Amino acid sequence: MAAHRSLEVSEVGDVTVVRFVDRKILDEANIQGLGQELFQLVEEENRGKLLLNFTTVEFLSSAALGKLITLDKKVKAHGGKLKLSNIRPEIYEVFAITKLNKLFDIREDESDALAAF
Amino acid sequence: MKNDRCLWEAEWVIPSELAEGSRVLEEILEQLANHEWGTHDIYSVRLALDEAIVNAIKHGNRHDESKQVRIACKLRPRELWVEIADEGPGFDPTAVPDCTCEENLEVPSGRGLMLMRCFMSRVEYNQRGNSVVMEKQRAEKAPDDAKPSQP
Repeated sequence: MAAHRSLEVSEVGDVTVVRFVDRKILDEANIQGLGQELFQLVEEENRGKLLLNFTTVEFLSSAALGKLITLDKKVKAHGGKLKLSNIRPEIYEVFAITKLNKLFDIREDESDALAAF
Repeated sequence: MKNDRCLWEAEWVIPSELAEGSRVLEEILEQLANHEWGTHDIYSVRLALDEAIVNAIKHGNRHDESKQVRIACKLRPRELWVEIADEGPGFDPTAVPDCTCEENLEVPSGRGLMLMRCFMSRVEYNQRGNSVVMEKQRAEKAPDDAKPSQP
């Protein structure tokens, strides 16, 4: 398995659960690396069911949203499923304002999300 | 007129480096915390200023380290005023497509300006589009407002 510096990756059944190491997904350099690590899960490791758990994330920039959108496209192109969970209210506000809550399948917590695959 | 007085003001001219932009942002946020701004207000300012500073460095000056970004800031009891200017050619903010339209939902870029407008009280670009003024009215009462007025 490839090393992931920005992500904590675990498996629950056939679902890959991803947590973020950084509290602030803002910095442009970090976002590029984060994007590559996320894309690698789909394109190189062929993980079909991805759950991104945002419990550690306190800030999210528009550049990070862009990476999530690109990830969603890659997951769909590989016939997989992507779900998001444990998003703090102030971060959910960002998804709601940009209407990305319609694009992503966002669940309250990890167990809700796992049950929905 | 006590609410118009300036509690703190500062100006920076930084090279087009993201680390320099982050340093300035943290200085501004530290002042808000020192003046007991609420956590959601500080969160909003962080989000909007980060977007604006990254825009100036990345899209305005295109990471050209010979070009600079000027950031000016004034903190008053009820509001924060910030101006961020780059040396780029500018852009037309009215030409940025609506990222919430169905056909644009899956476009990875173009959300920064919308977040700035939603999280700040006022966002205004100059005519050239290389300088933005943003204001944030604090939601919670300023500590001075809570004190009884002097006879």
